[in-house]
Amino acid sequence: MMPSFASARATVRRGRVITLLALAGLAAVYVLALDYTPVELHQGLAQKIFYLHVPAAWTALLIFSLMGVVSIVYLWLHDERLDLFAEASAEVGLVFSAVMLTTGPIWAKPIWGTWWQWDPRLTLTLFLFFLYVGYTALRASIHDPLERGRFSAVVAILGMLLVPFIHLSVYLFRTLHPKPVVLKPSAPSLPPEMLRTLLIAFVVCLLLYLGLVMMRYGTGVAERLREAGGEAGEVADAG
Amino acid sequence: MGNVLRLALVIAAKDLRAELRSRTALLSALVFAALVLVVFNFARDPTALSAQAIAPSALWITFTFGAIVALNRAFAMEREHAALDGLLLAPLPREALYLGKLLANLAFVAIVETVSLPLFVLFFNVDLGHALGGLIAVIALATIGFVAVGTIFSAMAVRTRFAELLLPVLLLPFMVPPLIGASTLTARLLDGRPLSEMYGLVRLLALYDIVFVTLCTLLFPAVVDE
Repeated sequence: MMPSFASARATVRRGRVITLLALAGLAAVYVLALDYTPVELHQGLAQKIFYLHVPAAWTALLIFSLMGVVSIVYLWLHDERLDLFAEASAEVGLVFSAVMLTTGPIWAKPIWGTWWQWDPRLTLTLFLFFLYVGYTALRASIHDPLERGRFSAVVAILGMLLVPFIHLSVYLFRTLHPKPVVLKPSAPSLPPEMLRTLLIAFVVCLLLYLGLVMMRYGTGVAERLREAGGEAGEVADAG
Repeated sequence: MGNVLRLALVIAAKDLRAELRSRTALLSALVFAALVLVVFNFARDPTALSAQAIAPSALWITFTFGAIVALNRAFAMEREHAALDGLLLAPLPREALYLGKLLANLAFVAIVETVSLPLFVLFFNVDLGHALGGLIAVIALATIGFVAVGTIFSAMAVRTRFAELLLPVLLLPFMVPPLIGASTLTARLLDGRPLSEMYGLVRLLALYDIVFVTLCTLLFPAVVDE
């Protein structure tokens, strides 16, 4: 069942509110990172970018996994809403992975002494970005919405399975990246202020993802309805 | 299962027969591979860098681009005169169609690799000797992985507006694990180290093959069925 124009418009409106809340949260994260957390001993102030880089990377990875799961269900149930959700997620995920890839080199310059290093984890997150680019490029080049849904679902599922190979290779190849400090079998090796700020930043990122996805999803629904010959006049408001 | 494999072989034989009759794609892939190997030698400053130092990368760049030329061809052929519709109307499990296409692509890429490997030995002055067996195993493991994904992507890309552009863009991330594994293994093998020393990478390549061949076989119906 496709939602109506009215509910698409309501979704966009709710998404806008959540996005604004998340942006306020992001400002709070900046304040926390600069004021609340201690300065790291070896890296100094450069380490502050950690509170943006790491949550963005986690969110980008999480979104791709989510798209994979949603795509499996889509191929099974053929519910158009799932396809539109995956489409919206991909575009937001592309933004998060772009944040990850731009904050990374800014951090790397003072710490590793170079903007770019063909370190395996960096290389492979670059390819996560390319996965997002490939997915969106594929969607843009197919006209038939059903074919577009099926093809991009296949790419998302294969991509989701590629992500564990990304993680495997972190441990199999030499890396300049710090060893995991939070997502590891033993307890996180971070001061509590740092861990708390990091987790808050992660929640803010998730909230930002939710808000942006709702706006994009509502717009996608409206576009689909217009393509199906719905009330053309109402599209402008919904977008 | 036996039936699926038999039908897959029929499809693969059909593809290879069509290819061997025209030979255009095969020849262009071979010329292309030879060209890459030659250009690599001229792009290198022989006083600064020995041929052996860049040999593994040159080999894998040649194989990768050769494979992309091959994969672009796989379904382009079926699009002409709507040949794919005919194939889909045949009483043929979709799995067999995928596996047949995969086998044909693998044979095609294997031919390109078999021809470029001796050229590589000649141009780069490498001594394969004891490493040949291990190298063939590594080439086979890596090639199966990315050709499996490439086959399903070429079936999709051919139905879009920018087929020849989209295939490499989609395939690139999927080539990274097999390529990093294979070129690392190749470098060590050429240094005279035994394959048993790098068991972790070999297992990663094998795991990649198993996961993606299975998954692509399962997902292929979603690509061709309306």
